[in-house]
Amino acid sequence: MAPVPTERDLRLDLFRGLALWLIFLDHIPSNAVSWITIRNYGFSDATEIFVFISGYTAAFVYGRAMQQHGFIVASARVLKRAWQIYIAHVFLLAIYLAEIAYVSNSFDNPLYTEEMGVLDFLKNPDVTILQALLLKFKPVNMDILPLYILLLAWFPPMLWLLLRAPSIALLASASLYALMWLFEWNLPAYPSGTWVFNPFAWQLLFVFGAWCALGGAQNLSRWIHSKVVVGLAIAYLVFAFSIAMTWYFPRLAVFVPKFLGEAIYPIDKTNLDVLRIIHFLALAVITVAFVPRDWPALKSRFFWPAIVCGQHSLETFCIGVFLSFAGHFVFTEVSNRVLTQVAVSFLGIAIMVAVAALISWYRQAERQGGGPRPPAAKPGYAGGDV
Amino acid sequence: MKERLLLLALLMLGNAPVWAEQPAECRVAENLLESSFRLPQVTRAIAAKHLTVLVMGAGSSQLPGPNGAANGSNSPGNAYPVRLQQALAQQLHGVEVKVTTDVKAKRTAAEMVKALPAALSANKPALLVWQTGTVDAMLAIDPDQFSHALDKGINIAHSAGADVVLINAQYSPRTESMIALGTYAEDMRWVALQHEIPVFDRFSIMKLWGELGTFDLYSATKKLDIAERVHDCIGRLLADLVITAAKPEEAPVNGSR
Repeated sequence: MAPVPTERDLRLDLFRGLALWLIFLDHIPSNAVSWITIRNYGFSDATEIFVFISGYTAAFVYGRAMQQHGFIVASARVLKRAWQIYIAHVFLLAIYLAEIAYVSNSFDNPLYTEEMGVLDFLKNPDVTILQALLLKFKPVNMDILPLYILLLAWFPPMLWLLLRAPSIALLASASLYALMWLFEWNLPAYPSGTWVFNPFAWQLLFVFGAWCALGGAQNLSRWIHSKVVVGLAIAYLVFAFSIAMTWYFPRLAVFVPKFLGEAIYPIDKTNLDVLRIIHFLALAVITVAFVPRDWPALKSRFFWPAIVCGQHSLETFCIGVFLSFAGHFVFTEVSNRVLTQVAVSFLGIAIMVAVAALISWYRQAERQGGGPRPPAAKPGYAGGDV
Repeated sequence: MKERLLLLALLMLGNAPVWAEQPAECRVAENLLESSFRLPQVTRAIAAKHLTVLVMGAGSSQLPGPNGAANGSNSPGNAYPVRLQQALAQQLHGVEVKVTTDVKAKRTAAEMVKALPAALSANKPALLVWQTGTVDAMLAIDPDQFSHALDKGINIAHSAGADVVLINAQYSPRTESMIALGTYAEDMRWVALQHEIPVFDRFSIMKLWGELGTFDLYSATKKLDIAERVHDCIGRLLADLVITAAKPEEAPVNGSR
């Protein structure tokens, strides 16, 4: 059994923090600032970063717990975390319902009779709320936490296997991914359709993250740093960028050869298209090649805001979802000028940082103040959350 | 290559008078109307001086109120299909233009495909204008099924001898955070590209109007004036797209289908 590394890799916190900011920006509809986010320049987006790093940190934290305290204790902790996320999801749902109930009561426009039908589910809250609690009814942009909950609930046996036979665990995960494509597995959603983030597909990235945390990354490091791989990664990113440009300039679309178009489209986010995985891996290779683990700037003040957000990802994520509702509300009720959009985006990120900093401070104060348990009893929480 | 550029320049000059007839508020979105694909059946129909168009759509192809019906051939009518008919008739002198409609609210693409064969054989149109996507997005229909329905509908129309223009969802700022249109718009664009047919990008056009303040799409009102003007512009721009894509002098001699 390989020992789980002890020092937290600040790069993970940095990039998870950045991913959370990007998710926030992308979740405000028609936000001019979301032009800067990576989804506009290639196939993958912040979701891949978030899921991969979440898998990585989950293995990092609970892997050590499982080695020191055994399967049962570590599993209990993982499930407790899944429960916390479930509560957070339901909390966000309540806020969302309040927002749309307001819109349905106050907004009327003959141009949008059809679109207002989306609020029809408010007419039978008994079914809707029950389906929401079962994670089947998930409003727009509230799909990531249910995915996270499921991935964690399923994680204990996977972690057990990862600690004993990492290659077999990764192979099992990849097989599940392949079977999902073969048999089109997905979970049902309400009122129709399936999960927006297919857990059978996205588990691959989560497990791959966990596998990397448990020594896989070290085994790969020779490959990752080879010039050929870095060159291929850059070539792929350039390719994805050129394809992405045809989405915004339809005139360019005719330059995409028909066979190529048929081969790559549709780029399936629900089932985590292979093109998206490769795009994420290419980004990861470039990042690892150019941002060394001991890069001094990681401890600088400049990166601290993103890092502190990444260290308290659940809270920051929830605040981000709430703020994206609020931001959209400001756009519709107050002003949707570009200046407002920029201001709302920056203010939102500032609030996310402030909340993360507050939580960070509180955790530290709790530890120093000699809480109910001495810090040594909580090895899993050293340096941040899952 | 040089000849083609020259032809392109001439074509663009040729389009200029079309815009001159637009109200200023519609015109801001003119550069969003581009299509590299032709409408050969429409070209033929215009040459034969008789153009029939079928508009197949859901709730956003009509307006509430006595004049909101999509089919207004015998009433003043203010929904975009009627405006389309008027704009086409205005620009195609001497061509008999008839726009028929099959519009019902809350229909998904797949439901419209079921109604398509009957509507096509009843009207024998040279052009099918197909507005869809909103309801599929609202019901979170599996995007694969949506693409499949589009594919099927286009094939049905083509084998019935009709060209197809697709219209995507409206830009609706209030409900933007509640309806995830993205996937459906992308899928529609891709299916259209595969079949080499034009998409009338209603979403981007209306979004531009919203951003430029051409129309206040945020207002909470029961009044129809803005909605009517929006539909008027959509009808006019749609007519321009159809006429440009059917320019007779530019149609390929050997017909691609």
